[in-house]
Amino acid sequence: MTTTIRIQSEPFDAAAEATALTAGRTDVGAVVTFTGLCRDEGGRLAALELEHYPGMAEAEIARVAAEAERRWPILGQTIIHRFGRITPGESIVLVVTTSVHRQAAFEAAEFLMDYLKTQAPFWKREHLRDGAAGSWVEAKDTDDAAAARWR
Amino acid sequence: MKLVYFACVRERVGKTDEEVALPETIETVAQLIGWLKTRGEEYEYAFEKEGVIRVAVDHVHVRPEARLAGAREVAFFPPMTGG
Repeated sequence: MTTTIRIQSEPFDAAAEATALTAGRTDVGAVVTFTGLCRDEGGRLAALELEHYPGMAEAEIARVAAEAERRWPILGQTIIHRFGRITPGESIVLVVTTSVHRQAAFEAAEFLMDYLKTQAPFWKREHLRDGAAGSWVEAKDTDDAAAARWR
Repeated sequence: MKLVYFACVRERVGKTDEEVALPETIETVAQLIGWLKTRGEEYEYAFEKEGVIRVAVDHVHVRPEARLAGAREVAFFPPMTGG
């Protein structure tokens, strides 16, 4: 079982990360890759600014990853979360999971994303196209509900 | 004890972090927030929606009734919006 967690400002290569989890192995039967992107919200948004809590972000994601490992027979997981200024079309977050059969990889990836959104200490601020100072993105009840179904 | 602030809490308090010497009567997270609110209108503003503000002690999420004994760093922030 390999777990890789990175918090970084620079972009990532989702395909390369998926390949890294399967390279040299013959036991992996399923790879699930989820990439979360920055939307322009109908042309309104110029960028998102992601603030994070260094130290706790890594620690909290590690706790969520350990929980995924306890719950599903996954062979590997890679979680990358970016911070700083991210423009529409760019990637924000990556979750890759591998397992022998697809169900574990699918479910673990969904669990990881649901928990990242509600537990990992990151906050998004909007920067608007018209130059106005945007506001902090409000947490959504639907994200809490998505996380709650795994309890 | 080190206090750190993030996102809208950081903006309202007007600083990223600070060292504080707590009165001995402050034993829980909820009591700490109550004490902070007496320190000025910027704190009152930052913690006006007290039930919404999340707290972490030494990088671990905690509830308001959590005890502060042995804590080195306490963080205050709004609900998270990553992912």
